[in-house]
Amino acid sequence: MNISSIGTKKSQPQPRRINKFEERAAYLFLLPWLIGLVVFILGPALATGAISLTNWNMITQPAWVGLANYSKMLGDANFWQSIRVTLYYLVLSVPALSIGGLLVSLLLNQRLPGMNFIRTVLYLPAVLSGVAVAVLWLSLLNPDAGVINSALRALGIANPPNWLNDSQWAVPAVVMISLWGVGGNAIIYLAGLQNIPPELYDAASIDGANDINKFFALTLPLLSPTMFFVLITNLVGAFQVFDIAFILGGSRGGRGGNLLFYLLYIWNEGFRSGRMGYASALSLVLIVFSAIVIIVVVNTSDRWVYYEIEDKK
Amino acid sequence: MTASTYTTSHPPKWADISLKLQRLVKPILVYTLLFILCAIIFLPLGWMLTISLKADHMPVFTIPPQWLPTTQWHWENFIKVLASSTTSFGRYTENTVLIVAWNIVGTLFSCSLVGYAFARLRFRGKKLLFNILILTMLIPIQALMIPLFLMFYKIGWYGTYLPLIVPSFFGNAYFIFLIRQYMMTFPRDLDDAAKIDGCNWFQAYWYIFLPLSIPVLTVVTVFVFLWSWNDLLNPLIYLDANSKFTVAVGLANIATRLNPAWNQLMAANLIFMLPALIIYFFAQDKLIGGIASVGIKG
Repeated sequence: MNISSIGTKKSQPQPRRINKFEERAAYLFLLPWLIGLVVFILGPALATGAISLTNWNMITQPAWVGLANYSKMLGDANFWQSIRVTLYYLVLSVPALSIGGLLVSLLLNQRLPGMNFIRTVLYLPAVLSGVAVAVLWLSLLNPDAGVINSALRALGIANPPNWLNDSQWAVPAVVMISLWGVGGNAIIYLAGLQNIPPELYDAASIDGANDINKFFALTLPLLSPTMFFVLITNLVGAFQVFDIAFILGGSRGGRGGNLLFYLLYIWNEGFRSGRMGYASALSLVLIVFSAIVIIVVVNTSDRWVYYEIEDKK
Repeated sequence: MTASTYTTSHPPKWADISLKLQRLVKPILVYTLLFILCAIIFLPLGWMLTISLKADHMPVFTIPPQWLPTTQWHWENFIKVLASSTTSFGRYTENTVLIVAWNIVGTLFSCSLVGYAFARLRFRGKKLLFNILILTMLIPIQALMIPLFLMFYKIGWYGTYLPLIVPSFFGNAYFIFLIRQYMMTFPRDLDDAAKIDGCNWFQAYWYIFLPLSIPVLTVVTVFVFLWSWNDLLNPLIYLDANSKFTVAVGLANIATRLNPAWNQLMAANLIFMLPALIIYFFAQDKLIGGIASVGIKG
């Protein structure tokens, strides 16, 4: 059948040996990415560690300061504030976006006319930039006369929150803005839902299952790989909030550090104050911390993520 | 005939009624909820348009809010924003288009090469390298902005567009992954046929797999456009003069002023959104399909 199989022993159906020329070609094709990996990711990652041990400030000659940048963090109120803001956002936004996206996708999965149009509308905010969305919401959230508070007053809430100027409500406001773009998650869930073979639902119906049974016994387990993907993307996203915080709270992170998201704090320390050493230490903490969170999630995933066909190792 | 009249004359069972009711109520409920969601997305956009068309000293925030423009049609606000001497969005647009175009070229070049190797070629270390690729999608890459800045600063690229363009020529994990997933779907026979016809690996890539991958390359182009058009952090770090700014940076600058002129801010925001909206309008089917395929296979 295959020209390359002529002359080879048929008794051993081994996979074809790796061709030396093919391998050389492959690495040539990979070259741009391999260079990029070293120059723009691995190198900078190592450099972050090295710079974090110096007092690099763009003016004087950098000197080694050991772990001074790390011990400085412990007493740095802004550092703790930025951790508080970021974790508060993570804890609120990840469940809200994951569950919200699932609920919207269940609505979109109904076979009714007009669904494609509605799907297009709901995904729209996801293609708009964080900057554009934040500028829009800056006006919607205006505490005196913004649409949100006008609506709340109309509903009989006499003293609606001050949103961005209120340390209690600033982060929830950002979560609300993220939820405006929940269609992004919903589209991914929808694709997962449409990948579930309809025969399974028919079989379940014959067995007398109602909609709620089907949702918990079929939909959720079969959707769990998609949920896992969404969870990971939202987690990574929560560590990287920048644009929205920058627009809503300004470069210093809002009134009293209300919106001092971690990445914004790194930016401030590095580019506003020129403390490259300290900013690098902050960066390394973010990388290590997010790596731990993601490793934990990935390693606990086999308890709740159900793969229909096990991957062949 | 007689059988059917017989059955209908029977008193209907409660189960039948509730089933019929369910069939009727469910779509109504679904449509109502979806209608509310669509309104939540459209109303703020309409509100923004209304504000952008108001005269300079008109109150912006009215009670009740005006969702659509009715009386005020000051289109000249858009001209003002585009041609203003201090915040020239015309200039910003030119700058951004330049950066976006180079990013598209760079990404298509590098990611299709790498995606092809991962999808079609066999080599030692493939599994390891692919795992590294996935890993780089998971770490918050923005956290590397300090050493990257210092590197570009040392080689004199600060204040130029190079730090915003050159990295795209060295691959991006998401797009490599997307292209690889697509190129994986072609049958093995294609590679063999190419070999029999005397193609080398590059020719097989260039003449066979690249043309076949135009659908996924279109999706990548749209994504790169959106990403680099929308990017705030990197231009903010590397650009040092008003004349070099991108639309995102220009918009951020006027938005973070203490008392922005709301009509012009919203006009600028609409100008900023417009290319994304137009592209989305034309490419939404492919775009949504592209995202969905990553989610399933990821």
